[in-house]
Amino acid sequence: MIDFKVIGEPVILKNARKICPNDIEKCIEAGRYGALKRALKEMSPEDVIEEVKKSQLRGRGGAGFPTGLKFELAAKEKSDKKYVVVNGEEGEPGTFKDRIIMEDSPHLLIEGTILAGYAIGADEGIICVRCDYIKAIKRLRKAIADAYNMGILGKNIFGTDFSFDITIERGAGAYVCGEETALLEMLEGKRGEPRKKPPFPPQKGLYGKPTVVNNVETLANLPFIISEGADRFLEFGIDGSHGTKLFSLSGDIEWKGLIEIPFGATIKEIIELAGGVKDGKKLKAVILGGVSGTLVRYDEVDISVDYHSLGVIEAGPGCGTIIVLDETRDIVDVTENIMEFFRTESCGKCRPCSLGTVSLCNLIHRIKEGNGTEEDLKKIEKISIGMRKASFCGLGQTAPNILYQSIQKFRDEWLAHVRGGKNDRD
Amino acid sequence: MKEEKFFLIEELLKIQEENELHYIPEDKILEIAKKTGRSPADIHSVISFYPRLSDKPRGKYLIRVCENLPCHLEGAQEVVDAIKDFLGIDFGQSTPDKKFYLERTSCLGLCTAAPVILINNVPYGNLTPEKVVEVLKEYMGGDND
Ligand SMILES: NC(=O)C1=CN([C@@H]2O[C@H](COP(=O)(O)OP(=O)(O)OC[C@H]3O[C@@H](n4cnc5c(N)ncnc54)[C@H](O)[C@@H]3O)[C@@H](O)[C@H]2O)C=CC1
Ligand SMILES: Cc1cc2nc3c(=O)[nH]c(=O)nc-3n(C[C@H](O)[C@H](O)[C@H](O)COP(=O)(O)O)c2cc1C
Ligand code: SF4
Ligand code: FES
Repeated sequence: MIDFKVIGEPVILKNARKICPNDIEKCIEAGRYGALKRALKEMSPEDVIEEVKKSQLRGRGGAGFPTGLKFELAAKEKSDKKYVVVNGEEGEPGTFKDRIIMEDSPHLLIEGTILAGYAIGADEGIICVRCDYIKAIKRLRKAIADAYNMGILGKNIFGTDFSFDITIERGAGAYVCGEETALLEMLEGKRGEPRKKPPFPPQKGLYGKPTVVNNVETLANLPFIISEGADRFLEFGIDGSHGTKLFSLSGDIEWKGLIEIPFGATIKEIIELAGGVKDGKKLKAVILGGVSGTLVRYDEVDISVDYHSLGVIEAGPGCGTIIVLDETRDIVDVTENIMEFFRTESCGKCRPCSLGTVSLCNLIHRIKEGNGTEEDLKKIEKISIGMRKASFCGLGQTAPNILYQSIQKFRDEWLAHVRGGKNDRD
Repeated sequence: MKEEKFFLIEELLKIQEENELHYIPEDKILEIAKKTGRSPADIHSVISFYPRLSDKPRGKYLIRVCENLPCHLEGAQEVVDAIKDFLGIDFGQSTPDKKFYLERTSCLGLCTAAPVILINNVPYGNLTPEKVVEVLKEYMGGDND
């Protein structure tokens, strides 16, 4: 079982593990579905959207798109059918936050999903969970069945004229299927290759119908925003980045697990809360936002986790993943592992990514084996820039991130490899 | 409760779960093709896209190893080598008796227990080369279903 810690007042993990997720009555007693009841009985869909916009909630799947705006775009579309698709594909190495929400607070996610449906005028939600998350799927299935039994899902919820159904569809393990349009292709029973954007899903989504695709954690914020109000939500975090963020911690760190913190804590503080670098070693770097994210060097960790500050080092909180590397780690070995991952997961639809990941792997292997040249480093940089610009979807665009930054930030180490030497920082 | 929708990937996963050797046999593919009005080649092409789906027999015990960064940092490579050594197979191979099949998987979200493997979806974490061999020995001996 994965441990978790909460710093300050939690939004997401409030009742997690205190109340059995299998007991809907206890969940309701503790306030679950209160926000839904309030929305359906006292608020119009527009009111709900206004409240979400006011809260400044941004997508927790990585890209940080304003959630209220996304709802508004989908609500504006005229259509006989609209969908809410919950993105529980979670494939970023080192990430397990959505898994914990689905396992420990399935009703929180269901409530958030119905709220999203009410806001945009959808009558159907589909929760996509990767098939490996067996416990999460089991808990969600039971929670959905219980919600139907209590009249919280199905026809005329709480006696209002709003009806909403939720089904679960399992994903078959392709990382790229976390990309929202690839996810929609998968739901339609096809190969999970990304679609061209625009049109974005709020305009043309599942089966061509207006669809909002949201991350699990994003939706799990909605009940709080509706029941406590956007103003309360704005009290969390700092200017421009409100609410809390879940962080999955792994790598060379004393305590591994999930942390919920308000935006504005520094990366350094987060590491300290988790007991620091393992075995008293020195920090080398932090991989923030997963292997598609940012490499934060040891001398940069005093930076606050929020959209603005991280923007300064061209980063973002991403999906909230922190992989810690201690001083003994070889940057070439780390980036080799990362690039192998992307080579395996590239879907093959476009050449910059399918060929680029292969070339980058070959170059890294060569350098690691001591047969590389400085020319190879230049090639790596050139291919990385090309992939970022020309790849069809976010996978190829972000795949070279850590590699490219490692050459900027740990150049000496790369050069040492090129010259046949070994890891020799300080 | 709402009537279940037809989702192809979900159907394929179900068929595979019912199969002893963790794959989707040809007769089932023909059935699905008929049901959906698609060609069998099309269904094969969908199956080939998804890492969890297979149209070729695997093994009674499907061993999946994660080698992504958090597992890699905790010594996944040594664990993989120990498995390969002990069973005498490489990735994408089964033992001659079809009892074990070895494949890679991407991160399983179990990174706090890295390195991790799954045997028929049962996770084994915090592994070392010695520990993983102990686990495999248990499966060799009797039935672990
Ligand atoms: N959670 C995880 O496991 C993983 C997360 N990621 C994250 O995914 C991110 C990239 O995701 P993408 O979806 O490619 O980013 P994106 O920027 O294309 O889209 C983000 C969201 O905003 C919406 N959006 C953007 N512009 C819009 C517009 N003009 N109108 C309507 N909607 C609009 C999109 O529909 C989408 O829901 C990366 O930042 C990365 O951090 C990547 C890999 C794995
Ligand atoms: C390769 C790739 C993989 C992704 N994987 C996920 C994922 O596992 N979960 C997720 O919520 N978003 C993932 N995303 C981001 C989604 O495309 C999309 O931005 C997100 O689901 C929108 O939800 P949000 O606005 O609530 O963050 C991925 C993006 C890319 C490019
Ligand atoms: S960038 Fe990579 S994953 Fe995305 S469409 Fe191109 S080949 Fe597929
Ligand atoms: S990296 Fe292996 S389970 Fe996450």
